[in-house]
This record gives sequence, structure tokens and C-alpha cells, in this order.
Amino acid sequence: MSFLEMRNVTKLYGAVPVLRGLNLSVEEHQVVCLIGPSGCGKSTLLRCINGLEPISGGEILILGDRVSGAGVDVNRLRRDVGIVFQSFNLFPHMTVLENICLAPRQVLGLSKAEAEARAAELLERVKLGAKHKAYPDQLSGGQQQRVAIARALAMQPMLMLLDEITSALDPELVAEVLDLVRDLAAEGMTMLLATHEMGFAKEVSSKVCFLFEGVVHEEGSPQQIFGAPTKERTQGFLKSIIEAGRL
Amino acid sequence: MNQDSSRFRAPSIPKSAMPLTLAALLISSLTTLFAWWVVWQLALALAGVTEEQTALALEKNLYWSEMLPRVSSLPWFAFLGLGVMVLIPLALFVPTIQAYGFAARAKQALTQEDLIEARVATANSSNAAWYAIGYAIFAVLLFGTVWFMIARDVAVGNTFFKLDLMLEKAGLVGNAFLTNVFIFMVAQVFILIWGLVVALARMVPGAAGQPIRLLATLYTDAFRGLPSVITIYLIGFGLPLTGFPILGDLPPVWYAIFALTLTYGAYVAEVYRAGIESIHPSQMMAARSLGLNFFQTMRFVIVPQAIRRIIPPLLNDFIGLQKDTALVNVIGTIDAFNQARILASNNFNLSTVTIVAILFVLITIPQARLVDRLLEQDAAKTRGAK
Ligand SMILES: Nc1ncnc2c1ncn2[C@@H]1O[C@H](COP(=O)(O)OP(=O)(O)O)[C@@H](O)[C@H]1O
Ligand SMILES: [Mg+2]
Repeated sequence: MSFLEMRNVTKLYGAVPVLRGLNLSVEEHQVVCLIGPSGCGKSTLLRCINGLEPISGGEILILGDRVSGAGVDVNRLRRDVGIVFQSFNLFPHMTVLENICLAPRQVLGLSKAEAEARAAELLERVKLGAKHKAYPDQLSGGQQQRVAIARALAMQPMLMLLDEITSALDPELVAEVLDLVRDLAAEGMTMLLATHEMGFAKEVSSKVCFLFEGVVHEEGSPQQIFGAPTKERTQGFLKSIIEAGRL
Repeated sequence: MNQDSSRFRAPSIPKSAMPLTLAALLISSLTTLFAWWVVWQLALALAGVTEEQTALALEKNLYWSEMLPRVSSLPWFAFLGLGVMVLIPLALFVPTIQAYGFAARAKQALTQEDLIEARVATANSSNAAWYAIGYAIFAVLLFGTVWFMIARDVAVGNTFFKLDLMLEKAGLVGNAFLTNVFIFMVAQVFILIWGLVVALARMVPGAAGQPIRLLATLYTDAFRGLPSVITIYLIGFGLPLTGFPILGDLPPVWYAIFALTLTYGAYVAEVYRAGIESIHPSQMMAARSLGLNFFQTMRFVIVPQAIRRIIPPLLNDFIGLQKDTALVNVIGTIDAFNQARILASNNFNLSTVTIVAILFVLITIPQARLVDRLLEQDAAKTRGAK
């Protein structure tokens, strides 16, 4: 049984289909990368998994349990599935520590001391131990994104969804965030990530999925997808990436 | 390259600043003359000279010989005050003379072909001249107002600003003003809570929330349209008539609070809603993605951010509310305005109402400043050093 399974998932915005019968599976401790042209539905796919967007058809299963459709406790689901966004989305009126402690305290019911101990540990891990009292606007983009990752990890999720988490960063800040993701992968965190960092995808992923026209157009090991893609569209996409100097 | 330098070799020559400076000089002089004339009229009024006496003295060609002794009999502090008023318009000549100095320097710089110096001096000159003209207008309005007060044997001054009456009744009116303060203080607390409840009710998500949204919308539409004076009237006279156990038996002040809460709750709900909707949806998404439910998200993430943005429009509504406490006289509550009106009709003089007017203005000014301060401090706290 796969950890995460998407079966024949469709998603419409109004009448516009974004996902058209998409199938995807992620095994436990796998790192799966979603690649594909801008607007192909990577963000939409990730948001469907933790119920931020309702799907229009098909089903999504986690450990065999259906987590899409009516009657699902999305708040419960979201405890187990963390997401990190391209634009960080930290809460600007809260300090770093408060950002991280909010959900553990309100959702998991941890005491203030417990939540803060957990947050302190995570901040050490993302190398921001000294910044717990800072407000988000006082941090660099890379630091903010690391706080956002710590915030998601504080819920101790079983699955992490990362949506182009380095796209909004200045080039010199990308590495510090990717290092962190690399550590998480090494620790066995199950992750599904949308990315434009092909070099990183090649290095870290167990499986790469090329998303095109609302379905997984081609999937395979990173060696296969980046080395010998079989489908014409995949080849075209990778060629444009190489021309842009991103691989 | 060639073209560029040729453009800079033919720079524009600044226009002379002299005409504007001379205009400023003329305006300052006329303003000063007008101000002095008003001060003289004020001195006459203080000395108790009536318009009739003035006319008589003029007829007999004894104007100065009759008026000067009367004015010089004024006490020393009156002279002090009048003296200060005589000096005030002279301040206009400081920027005027500066403008003249700059204009002269510009002229000299031009003869020496120092264009940059000429341009700077011209700009400074015209700045100073406009500064003088602006304050001259201010001074004309100020002294014009003084003249308006003392004209027709101090008719305006005595009707609205009769000092002895004001001092005598200030305590009574001030006491009654405490009723206004009580009403708006209590109402503000209720409104803050009630408005938020209504705003959240208008935004409850999902199909099941529809009836609640509908109710909240109907309420805001109705009470924003209803003039508050009518709401106060209907509730203040209506509820006692119904004879409901507790509701029909309250002191009038509480009906006023109830009515104002209903009216301003509708306004404030809209303010809250606008504030909440101004928070980017990604904040809602981030909070929900951490497993917080709708109300937790509102309470910890959205509303705290929205509050900071709505404080200025909220203060507007609260100032409106504070002023509307003067409407409670329609249900017979003795507030400051009602008290002042009673005193005014007893004394055939409006000065007591002026006290109320001054009180209302005075309480709003510190609130506006306080809110500015708070917002500034909060922004400084979360702002990055970048
Ligand atoms: N809330 C929305 N309403 C309507 N259309 C949307 C919405 N969000 C995304 N879309 C559309 O869905 C498509 C996929 O978007 P997205 O998932 O953001 O793509 P990607 O993340 O791969 O760039 C795009 O064409 C986008 O315009
Ligand atoms: Mg995207």
C-alpha cells in the first residue's frame, strides 16, 4: 500500500480543468519531485492533497484512508500533512517563536512550555536559534523560508508538501534552504515537492514526475527522466530548462 | 556626447523673483494694517465704547481726544494682550525680508553668470514669499474672526462667548457631559464586540452558513440605513411601552446605549469586514494548512492583523458615535447638550451650548493623536531594518 495515492483526480476551476484524471503515488520515505511548465497545476495538485482545494473527481488516499471528498476532517488531515509555500506566508504580527508555536498549542493542545521547547529545538535545526524573538519582516527571504519549514515541522507531519520553496529567493539564499530539505530527505521524511531546481531534484529525489496537461505525463527515476526522457514533451521541457541554464 | 553637453551649455535662466517678493511685501503690509485696525477696535470694545459713542465722537470731530483717554484707562494686562496682538502680524516680515534677500542675491548671481547660485536663490526666494503670503491669509482670517466677534458692540461675542455665564455654568454642563462620556464609553465596548460578531457572521464559510450570512447582511443593511436619532427614539420610547420584564424597565441612558450599539454595530461590522478582507488570502491558507479551524484562524491570525488596519476608520466611527450621544435628548436624558439648551433658554444666551461644542471638540483631539502614536509604535516593532 502506498503512503499517498491519487487516483484519477480531476480538478476544475469553474469550467476550466487543471487536473484531468491524474494518478500519482508516493511511498513512505520517498522524495517525489513534480516538474513541469509554469501553470501546469503543480501548486493546485499539492493544495488538493491537504484539502486547501476541494477536488472535482477521483480520490486521494493516505495509507489507504480516503482523505478527499465529503465528511473528511480536514483539520485532522492537515496535522499530518505539512505544506510550505513559495511566498513563505509567515504571520507578520507574530515573532518567529510565536509563528512556530501557534499551531502546536492551538491544534495539538501542547502547553506553552512544551511548544516553546519544540520550537527552540526546530530553530536550532534550521540554524536560526538566535532569531526566535525577531519578526518575519526583520529576516531575509532565506531565513523566513527556513522558519516556515520549521513551522510546518512543528506539527510533526508524516508528509511534507513543498511548493517551489526557493522560487521567491535571491540566488545566494537558495542553497541554505535546499540544504535543509536535503537533511530532511536524509532523515527519511516523506516529501512531495514542486520545484524548478532541476539539479536539486536530480540529486535528492527517488522519483520525478513530469506534469503536463493535467496528468503525470511521464515519471521515472531522476536518472531516467533527466538522462533519457522517452516522451517528446518531456524532452522539450528539459531542453528549455537546459537552455535557460537551470540544469 | 556632443549633443548632451550642448544641451547643458544652454541652461534655462531663472525668472526674476522680484515681482513675487514685492507682492508678498504688499500683502504683508496690508495684513498688518488690517490687524492693527482690528486691535484698535478690540481696545475700544474692551474699554466699553459703543458704536453709538463712536459715531457721536466722529460727528463732533473729537474722536481721538475722546477715545484715547478711555483706551488708556484699560488695565495693564489688557495692554499686554493688545501689545502681543500688535506684534503678531509683524512676524510676516521675517520671511518677506528673507525673500527679498534671496531675490537680490539671485539678481547679483545672474550678473556674475553664476546660474546655479541664481537658480537656488530664486527657488529660496519664492519659497519664502509663498510662506509669507500663506501666513498672511491665515492672519487675515484670524483677525477677521476677532473683528466678527466684537462687531456690533460685541454682539457675536456676547451671544456665544459670554464669559461670566460660561464660567458660572461650566460645572453644571461639564457634569452633564459625564453622561455623554458614560454612554459612549459603554457603547464602544459593546460595539467592538457586537460589530465583530456581526462581521464574522457575514463571513461564515460553507453552505450551512448561508442563513447566518443572510441575517447578518439584513441587519447591517437595515441599521446603516436607519438614522440613529430614529433608532434612539423608537427604542427609548418603544421598549418601555412594551412592558417586557427587564427590557421595558431600564433607565433611559441604557436605551440610548442599546440603540447606539445597534446603529454603530452595523457600521463597525462593515469596518471589521473590510479590514479582514484586506488581509491577503495566503494568510488564511497558511493558517488553515497548519490545522487551525476557521475561528482559530480568525482569532489568532486574521483579526489581529486586521485590527491594526481598521483602527483609523474605527476611530472615525467612534467619533461619530461620541457626537451622536448628543441625540439622546430626544428621549429626555439630561446629557450635556440638553442641559446646555435648558440653561440657554433660561438665560437667553447660547454661551452654555458653546461649552458643549468645545467639550466635544476637545475630547476628539487627544484620541486622534493617541491612535497615531499607537499605530506608529506597532509598525516600528514589526518593521524590518531592511
Ligand atoms: N484560484 C484559482 N482560480 C482559477 N484558476 C486558478 C486558480 N489557481 C490556479 N488557477 C489556474 O490553474 C492553473 C494551474 O495553476 P498552478 O497550480 O498554480 O500551476 P503551477 O503551480 O504549476 O504553476 C493555471 O492555469 C492557473 O491559472
Ligand atoms: Mg505554483
